[in-house]
Amino acid sequence: MGLITSLLAITLRAGTSLVYATIGETYAERAGILNLGLEGIMLMGAVSSFATAYYTGSLALAIIVALGVGGLMALIHAFLSVTMKANQVVSGLSITLFGTGFASFLGQRLGPASNGYYLVGLTGPRFTPFDIGGLANVPILGAVLGQDIFTWGTYLLIPLAWFYLYRTRNGLSLRAIGENPRTADAMGVNVNRAKYGYTIFGGMLTALGGAHLALAYTPGWSENITGGRGWIVIALVIFSMWNPARAITGALIFGGINAVQFRLQASGTNIPAAFLNMLPYLTTIVVLVAITWWETLSKRVGSPASLGTAYVREDK
Amino acid sequence: MTLVFEKRKTVSKTAIVVVPFISFAVSLVLTGVLLVTFGANPFETFAAMFKGAFGSGRAFTETLVKAIPLMLTGLGVALAFKLRFWNIGAEGQLTLAGVAATWVAVYWSPWLPAPILLPMLVLVGCAAGALWAGIPALLKTSLKVDETLVTLMLNYVAILISQFLYYGPWRDPKGFGFPGTEMFPKAAWFPRIAGRAHIGLYFALVAAAVLWFVLQRTRWGFELKVIGNSPKAARYQGISVERNILLAVLLSGALCGLAGVGEVAGISRRLQQGLSLGYGYTAIIVAWMAQLNPLAIPFVAIIMGGLLVGGDQVQMVMGLPSSMGLLMQGMMLFPMLAGSLFTEYRIKRMTGTQTREAARGGV
Amino acid sequence: MTETASETPLVEMRGICKSFPGVQASDNIDLHLDRGEVLALLGENGAGKSTLMNILSGLYRQDSGDVFIRGRKVDIRSPRDAADLGIGMVHQNFMLVDTMSVAENVILGMASLAFVPDMAAVKRSILELGERYNMKVDPDAFIWQLSVGEQQRVEILKQLYRKAEILVLDEPTAVLTPQESHELNDVVKRMQAEGKSAVFITHKMDEVIAFSDRVMVLRKGKVVAEKTTRETDPKDLARVMVGREILFHIEKAPFSPGAVVLELKDVCAEDERGLPALRELSLQLRTGEILGIAGVAGNGQRELSEVITGLRPVKSGGISINCVDATNHTPLQIINSGVSHIPQDRIAVGAVGDMSVANNLAMKDYRSAPIASGLLIFPWRILEFARRMIGAFNIATPSPETMVKFLSGGNIQKTILAREIEACGSLLIAVYPSRGLDIGATESVRKQLVAQRDAGKAVLLVSEDIEELLCVADTIAVMYDGKAVGVMPAEGADPQEIGLLMAGVSPSGKESRP
Repeated sequence: MGLITSLLAITLRAGTSLVYATIGETYAERAGILNLGLEGIMLMGAVSSFATAYYTGSLALAIIVALGVGGLMALIHAFLSVTMKANQVVSGLSITLFGTGFASFLGQRLGPASNGYYLVGLTGPRFTPFDIGGLANVPILGAVLGQDIFTWGTYLLIPLAWFYLYRTRNGLSLRAIGENPRTADAMGVNVNRAKYGYTIFGGMLTALGGAHLALAYTPGWSENITGGRGWIVIALVIFSMWNPARAITGALIFGGINAVQFRLQASGTNIPAAFLNMLPYLTTIVVLVAITWWETLSKRVGSPASLGTAYVREDK
Repeated sequence: MTLVFEKRKTVSKTAIVVVPFISFAVSLVLTGVLLVTFGANPFETFAAMFKGAFGSGRAFTETLVKAIPLMLTGLGVALAFKLRFWNIGAEGQLTLAGVAATWVAVYWSPWLPAPILLPMLVLVGCAAGALWAGIPALLKTSLKVDETLVTLMLNYVAILISQFLYYGPWRDPKGFGFPGTEMFPKAAWFPRIAGRAHIGLYFALVAAAVLWFVLQRTRWGFELKVIGNSPKAARYQGISVERNILLAVLLSGALCGLAGVGEVAGISRRLQQGLSLGYGYTAIIVAWMAQLNPLAIPFVAIIMGGLLVGGDQVQMVMGLPSSMGLLMQGMMLFPMLAGSLFTEYRIKRMTGTQTREAARGGV
Repeated sequence: MTETASETPLVEMRGICKSFPGVQASDNIDLHLDRGEVLALLGENGAGKSTLMNILSGLYRQDSGDVFIRGRKVDIRSPRDAADLGIGMVHQNFMLVDTMSVAENVILGMASLAFVPDMAAVKRSILELGERYNMKVDPDAFIWQLSVGEQQRVEILKQLYRKAEILVLDEPTAVLTPQESHELNDVVKRMQAEGKSAVFITHKMDEVIAFSDRVMVLRKGKVVAEKTTRETDPKDLARVMVGREILFHIEKAPFSPGAVVLELKDVCAEDERGLPALRELSLQLRTGEILGIAGVAGNGQRELSEVITGLRPVKSGGISINCVDATNHTPLQIINSGVSHIPQDRIAVGAVGDMSVANNLAMKDYRSAPIASGLLIFPWRILEFARRMIGAFNIATPSPETMVKFLSGGNIQKTILAREIEACGSLLIAVYPSRGLDIGATESVRKQLVAQRDAGKAVLLVSEDIEELLCVADTIAVMYDGKAVGVMPAEGADPQEIGLLMAGVSPSGKESRP
């Protein structure tokens, strides 16, 4: 495999969990719900799916459990922010704090007695990339096709998510809810039901991203396995302008950074690891500043200013 | 009969006071249920936690050790939150201040007179915390960049910077390869009050009182209140929103920085792994449980510190994970958030006279 | 359609009651509407007209009472139920999503459509409908690109597309020029000819005469009169509506203007989207003068008040206050030069809902004695100050410590007015100060403005109510498209001419917009 192809392969793999969570959060934010609990949900998705796979050996069951856990966590957020009208920022933060604590608790408790009840350091069943025979040597294509089922899932998810949002009746309602819930309500859209539904959907996809980390990307469980991915996703949603089709760009950038990091570390570079590890976080800040700045500028030439308002923070 | 929320005509003052206590109780119950599912006796566990945190003088000083950084970061976070500036970067501000204080303690001490070493260390540490908070504040006020993400990302960066330093250029050559700087000179140590509890406690209590006074009794505090409630109205009243947010967030960062100074100068006396144990995140819970009231923060911080210390005890005594404390803290905000609804709404029973009839008109 | 419907009314509401905390918005109201009929619901602000229609359109639920459609008892639980029954409401604040296209807005929320709607077909029918009712609008245009009048057309098209048989129009002409109102009337007449019915909410008598077949007058949630339009006249209606003769006249001292307080020279400014909002606007305002700014909302009035108060940058041109240049000064500098401002947006800008009445009243005076000394402020002095203001301005509040958001609209406005008048040095800018207030509150606001003028201050009054301007202002300037297109003395001004200027038609008969 050539350098480019192998870099692309790692990029896609590293970007997969980001794509799931970005699309999930895009939908939630389109419904007007900002969920800062992604990091916690992702961790819970990772720990629950890994524990399930470890004990049952069933990867399918592991995914179902992750989906359920993610949906439940997001349900708490939906309940607090929709029904109890709580502050969404704080509610999301508390989901992350709770998820981080709970995942860490489970990681120290769910393991077998032989491992001191720890889940860390165990190996369980995992998803492996598809063996595509001779195709693996074809440049680029080999990298795209030789992926596990999660990554393949994103190939399908991205166009579907886009089509649903921009071409269907429900997608139209969803876009209206985030822009102007009062109008959507007056036009007969059940706003609260949709807010619940899409927030839960977002949580499920986010947990799926977490499951990908624990079952395929860096198989196994370790504390802080997400390394802030849940937060990066919040930035990616802004970067993709709340458009599922663009979720791929952000994922490619951040997956790419991971790939380059790997590559450099493997080649024994002089750059201290700490600086390489800073790259995703610094890039997030740079990307955020750039997109905000661009948004301010483009508003002046009159492009729809709406995109920022999908980030509705309901305070009352 | 259906239940509906009816908006109250005034804010319920009772609810403001009662809700945090109920939240704490609910969190205990939820954790208890969880403990039962994991086969542990919740009463024994809570008793062990309480004993571990408050059961003896030594235990209580250890609780204070954790409470000090929680008070300071809690105050910093509360100040920023009052302005709706979601500073979740207390962890990073604390860490970077610890790094800066270490720099002063280790590298300035040879030529700095001993008496001014400690004030200098505090000053530089706070400045570093303020600087780290100033970056997102400046980005927010000048370019409207979302502060939640920037503050959070800077946490990771600050932690990596500190790691780089104590693994790399600042590593103690006589440390047998142990990652960490050399020990601070004695002149750079925070005096201790009892056990490991240090004078950071006084700083924190004074800071709480001063912050309360500033918010309640000064023109600046009044302006901050207006900005926090409605930036548009503030601008219209001639209050400079951007400048005041910037100032307040710098102060917020400085408070979080002071926590970091206390950790390196009062506890570890060197920069090493585990400078912050997530205090910056727990601070969010402290601030919110205290309803952003500076005077309530020290008390909440002591309870939260107790949970952390008690959690460690539970691990030793009962073999339960130490993250118990974290888990309980995480659960505390849910009832708290749900409960705040009742300060503005009450539940009203509605008897529906209307019968449901899905009547479709037209012929 | 069978003709049995001619016997039973199309809509019948019986004994409708609805209360909000502290207000009985509907008190045992009966209403009926026949096929092909246009009913006017007349009443002042707060009389309960919108509440009643919001019940019919499913946004609110009545506490008691029944609704019958085509003789059948129905339970309208949501706007969707209402739409299924053929009821469509055009709200006062349009229910449109700015960033979506006309076609998308038209089909929003329609459950009967295919999961993947055929947008080409939707656009075709929108064009057809537009043709039929003479309401042309581009289905691909985004709402934010449309004028207010065009947006209203989209609202009506939306209901026509849904085959609404009963159209409820809530104060539809408030945002229209007189000419656009005529066009709206034509559309309603055409719908009526097709057998559709309409309910028309308004507080203007002349519209009742022009639009409706029958009129129902509401006051404080009760029906106080019901008449056939032909058998009534505006004066009569006004008396019933208010419950007494209205004084269209306010006592004021003779007009004797003094020195120039405010002068704008060729001021240009932009709106949020970067489009020109003020185009070389020039104005002059003197002490002891009320300058009324007439115009349809959105022609630069808000921007005008904002450039004067330093809230919006001036791109070119100059502003001077008391003969001192004040162009692009900060809001604080402007406040310190004696300018007070009653903003358009009361809740979000003028007052802080989550702060107490006392704090809101002190929001300008907190900087100086007696409330402050040096950097410190004294809460008890704020309370003292607030009690004095509450008494002087007759603000109805349970206590000075009550949060402003719990007050009625009129009392919120009084709170703002009290603060701004107390701090006013030489110039008071009032933007739509009486909008949404009941007659009593409106009168007291107007009297306060005149009192300021009589006390020798200069008042800039932005209003969309020509009647208000004629009775309060000394001079009237009409704003259209960011320009002052006509300045005239209020005394003897011709409302017809003002209406034409508001529509962008210059007295010579040519439209000034290309």
